[in-house]
Amino acid sequence: MTTTVWVPRDAGALSLGAEATAWAIAREAAARGLDVTIRRNGSRGLYWLEPLVEVATPAGRVAYGPVTAAEVPGLFDAGFLDGCAHRLGHGPTERIPWLASQQRLCCARIGVIAPADVREYEAQGGLAGLRRALGLPPAEIVRAVSESGLRGRGGAAFPAGRKWRTVLEQEAPQKYIACNADEGDSGTFADRLLLEGDPLAVIEGMVIAGLAVGATQGYLYLRIEYPQARRALDEAIAAARAAGLLGDDILGSGRSFELEVRLGAGAYICGEETSMLESLEGRRGEVRVRPPLPAVRGLFGLPTVVNNVVTCASVPAILAHGASWYRDYGCGESRGTLPLQLGGNVRRGGLVERAFGLTLRELIEDYGGGTASGRPVRAVQIGGPLGAWLPPALLDTPVDYEALAAAGAPLGHGGIVVFDDTVDLAAMARFAFAFCAHESCGKCTPCRIGSTRGVELLDRIRAGTDTEVALERLAALCDTLRQASLCGLGGMTPNPVESALRHFPEDFRARS
Amino acid sequence: MNEAIDAAIARHRDRPGPLLVVLHDIQAALGYVPPEAVPRIAAALRLSRAEVHGVISFYHYFRERPPGARTIRLCRAEACQAVHGDSLARHAEQRLGIGFGETTADGRHTLEAVYCLGNCACGPSLLIGEELHGRVTPERFDELLDGAGSAP
Ligand SMILES: Cc1cc2nc3c(=O)[nH]c(=O)nc-3n(C[C@H](O)[C@H](O)[C@H](O)COP(=O)(O)O)c2cc1C
Ligand code: SF4
Ligand code: FES
Repeated sequence: MTTTVWVPRDAGALSLGAEATAWAIAREAAARGLDVTIRRNGSRGLYWLEPLVEVATPAGRVAYGPVTAAEVPGLFDAGFLDGCAHRLGHGPTERIPWLASQQRLCCARIGVIAPADVREYEAQGGLAGLRRALGLPPAEIVRAVSESGLRGRGGAAFPAGRKWRTVLEQEAPQKYIACNADEGDSGTFADRLLLEGDPLAVIEGMVIAGLAVGATQGYLYLRIEYPQARRALDEAIAAARAAGLLGDDILGSGRSFELEVRLGAGAYICGEETSMLESLEGRRGEVRVRPPLPAVRGLFGLPTVVNNVVTCASVPAILAHGASWYRDYGCGESRGTLPLQLGGNVRRGGLVERAFGLTLRELIEDYGGGTASGRPVRAVQIGGPLGAWLPPALLDTPVDYEALAAAGAPLGHGGIVVFDDTVDLAAMARFAFAFCAHESCGKCTPCRIGSTRGVELLDRIRAGTDTEVALERLAALCDTLRQASLCGLGGMTPNPVESALRHFPEDFRARS
Repeated sequence: MNEAIDAAIARHRDRPGPLLVVLHDIQAALGYVPPEAVPRIAAALRLSRAEVHGVISFYHYFRERPPGARTIRLCRAEACQAVHGDSLARHAEQRLGIGFGETTADGRHTLEAVYCLGNCACGPSLLIGEELHGRVTPERFDELLDGAGSAP
């Protein structure tokens, strides 16, 4: 009888040697005359354990990690094919506390199934939402999404149902679904985990969106920095087409939906939705003036739903289980669950999907376990390059869109990056301006030129020349950026700068 | 070279908004978008040369000069900085004897900065071609350069 061993083909796991691990297992099994079937999954998102190898035993899947190729012979010796104990063993995967304590709704299948296997996808709850949607009038699909309370997970947290309703109400010869997989924020990788670990969920969500608003063409805008996600998507789209999830007769319903992947080209600003639409149309990614909203005049001038990957992937389960099932998770106006991403200098980094309401401290201390370097946590960056820096004292804020915004730390796409006490916040503030200058689309003067002024001011502050004057100018520059920017790149760059200054003023004093 | 350019144009010209797709195809085939491509694309897609050039220059990924045999894209974003990505960047520059955006004199390596590879829990990260590497120490960087870039 063959034993199934799962080895992730997730970019993160591959970056730590998962391919060599898979080869080593195959080689070792052959040498020992053992019958092993290696299957490839996505990552469960426990990155300090990657490559995380799982053995399918009669009692369920048992985890070992991190398993580099060099560890493989020892694992065979210890009898890992029977789930035996080993220094790298973690017992049944689903009972690892870090994973067992999560509420994985959107990311329920990542690391569990082979990503392009439609049958396994269906066995694990996939397609139920699409089947349900095929039996509903469009307005009812929109209503389910509205009532679920789902808000956009790409950063702006706009209610998904409201956006869909606007598109549904437009009269147009063609409408589009544009999935935003540009995932540019440092510290974020939930989109990538989904695209590589459960791409069919993203596809299913897009098809449901198409049924809801009357769109038959979808585009998925994928950043070029994700070559493994591109491969996973290509495989999944081919499988989806073969299984009738895409094409002109979705699951025999006579309804149609086509999907094309388009690649970005290394411009952070193209994650901003109107810039992304320009880029999809084959132009420079210059931000558009709103109104009109993309929902009214979007791609090629036609009504378009723009949703983030996580938003799309959250939809199928909402349709399958009902709006109130999803709504019952979360707190306040933040309903459902959020896949948070723990990265940077953290001991146990990875993906934590939990209902809104847990605190940043639980995340960083309980899940993260402090820094990887063993030094004290000094600063945490919340919400990517346009988010804020917080000191450990302020980590009791709950993960909730409104609560975090009130604390001056917008949640963005849910990236949490941990830094130890070697971080220099003045250098990070300088980086924020340099990044803005590097990525500005050039449309507004404060963003295009002011960001470079910001870099110069921080250089003066750090050198200790004329600090008082420079700090005053810095405050004025931040005001201008906030007020006179067309989009969040210029408008939110003050977030990291001002929060660094507010919470870590000692780093802005001249060093002797 | 012109064949590759014309083939890319022919493959994609009928798609809606084809310019980026065409540029990607050309860069995938040739490693860069040569100046000769601009007038050919402009004529085929009924755009001005300035428009085509404007798009090429807007995107950091497209390049107008041939790269080295291998491109190393090293992440300079915050989560990688948190695990001393800056020292790795300095090491890479020293070891290769070039700065970011440059190609070694022997034409073997091009070094580029990127901002996040989605591997933020396993930094510092870099791509060699399309192969991602995580937790890259300076020693590991040297091994990767010497060992043709295969995973551990
Ligand atoms: C500078 C900037 C960068 C952005 N980058 C992304 C991104 O990479 N991915 C994303 O989904 N949304 C990004 N957004 C938010 C999008 O503009 C938009 O709100 C989102 O894609 C809508 O989908 P959602 O409602 O499902 O979140 C960015 C916004 C700004 C201002
Ligand atoms: S704020 Fe910056 S990126 Fe945004 S539209 Fe203005 S110039 Fe472009
Ligand atoms: S910040 Fe380097 S991979 Fe994300």
